Amino acid sequence: MKSFEEFTLKEIVDQIEDGFLLGIPADYSGVPMAFTKELINKGFKNLRLYCLPLTTIQGDMLIGSGCVSEIETAAVTLGEFGLAPRFSEAVEKGNIKIKDSTCPALHAQLQATEKSVPFMPLRGVIGSDVQKNRKDWQIISNPMKSAGVENEPILLLPAVQIDVLVFHAACADRNGNIQIGRRRELATLAHASRKVFVTVEQVLETDFFEDELSAATCLPSLYVDGISEVKNGAWPCMLPGVYPSDNEEIKKYSLAAKTKSSFDEYMKFFLNS
Amino acid sequence: MTIDIKREELLISQLADLLINDNHVAVGAASPIPGAAALLAKEEARYLDKRLRVTILHSSRYNNFTDGARELFDCAAQGRIDTFFLGGVQIDGQANINLVGTGKYPHTKKRFPGSFGSPLMYFVVPQIILFREEHSPRTLVQKVDFISAPGVSDDKIYRPGGPKYLLTNRALFKFNKKNEKFSLLKLNENETSDTITKLTGFDFDIHEDLSYMSWPDNKRLDIMRNNVAPMVSEFYPEFANKIWGV
Repeated sequence: MKSFEEFTLKEIVDQIEDGFLLGIPADYSGVPMAFTKELINKGFKNLRLYCLPLTTIQGDMLIGSGCVSEIETAAVTLGEFGLAPRFSEAVEKGNIKIKDSTCPALHAQLQATEKSVPFMPLRGVIGSDVQKNRKDWQIISNPMKSAGVENEPILLLPAVQIDVLVFHAACADRNGNIQIGRRRELATLAHASRKVFVTVEQVLETDFFEDELSAATCLPSLYVDGISEVKNGAWPCMLPGVYPSDNEEIKKYSLAAKTKSSFDEYMKFFLNS
Repeated sequence: MTIDIKREELLISQLADLLINDNHVAVGAASPIPGAAALLAKEEARYLDKRLRVTILHSSRYNNFTDGARELFDCAAQGRIDTFFLGGVQIDGQANINLVGTGKYPHTKKRFPGSFGSPLMYFVVPQIILFREEHSPRTLVQKVDFISAPGVSDDKIYRPGGPKYLLTNRALFKFNKKNEKFSLLKLNENETSDTITKLTGFDFDIHEDLSYMSWPDNKRLDIMRNNVAPMVSEFYPEFANKIWGV
């Protein structure tokens, strides 16, 4: 018996219920695009996305396909290829609920869950319209006499528990430990998620814990509920240290996504690619 | 001599001039010109036997972080970053920046990506340089439609950082925290304080040292084209190819 659970992409999607809060990794930390296709095919309507701290083509496609009812993020962008058209239109028309946030707040809310404390303080942010529009955030006066400035206004952010996290990584070892390199935000996401599924380029016949270096850069299998081996699983996004993003494809997407009808045409092709 | 210097190279040179006293400069998303400026300042510091650390978020090579995406913000909050760059769909006369959209929030008329890390970085990094190439009444407005990060805060708020400069493709402004107002410091060639007034949606002062932007000399151009261009092509290939053909 293998020491970890092997899943197909469809079996991972079956673990997700409409209305779930999904953890979404940034473009630089292993975007599970092959999984995203399966997710879109299932026809969800009310997924809620929690981006750490932003999303690119993955979020834009999910929104354009009508799978998303709410998104909490610091940004949705196609990077060098400009705005994320399906996201922008959905927000302008009021078709999705946007919880505008900022990168450090998105990290801090998960860090609270990592520690199992109800909130985390953060400096800055006060007085911005980001803060003023977040009714779930609170400002208190610093109660600590021994640290910081007494009575300084400070922002408190609630702990956020993610239902399911799916990301893509270069490799797993035979015990189901996942190599994440320096992308430690994936560990933060995993620690704060009830269920974690990982798609990997390959499973290696090795044990990352036998070596200090590979042990230090892996996500231990204790946080991982299932693994699926998928070659090119991040395409057309990059996989750090393995392959760069397919800029031609992202450019093609950025043009197609400008209107709903050309987006739909593009997705017919993409979902079957 | 000025004919074969590109506009982008002039802007890179202007930004590099503002980094000479720094120990650590960080550069965030979608910022090829600030990224090139930081690496130029690093290369020039090396010739002077000084050490300037540069962290470019979208690079794996020029990136000093190993603790995940939160490290930038923790590092900045600890006071370990001297300069950071921010942009804006709109920037107003009090240095408020808007990265979210135009029109009434949340169903903005035109939605842009979002605030990124600006609501924290603007408060904790001592020298924030605002950079927006387009200089028009559309971008430099009286009052932003949404405040991603405020230019000034009241005294009770912890705020060691904030806006110091604003660079556009036409002018460089210095921000005066005392009167909460920009003052015009440098002009691109062909501009006058009158043309700038016409193209700026907010009121500003004229700095007593108002002058023209100085063009990069040959030594600086050499460093930019020979050393910096190939570095930039690692993390902004489209930009490096467009400007330097590398």
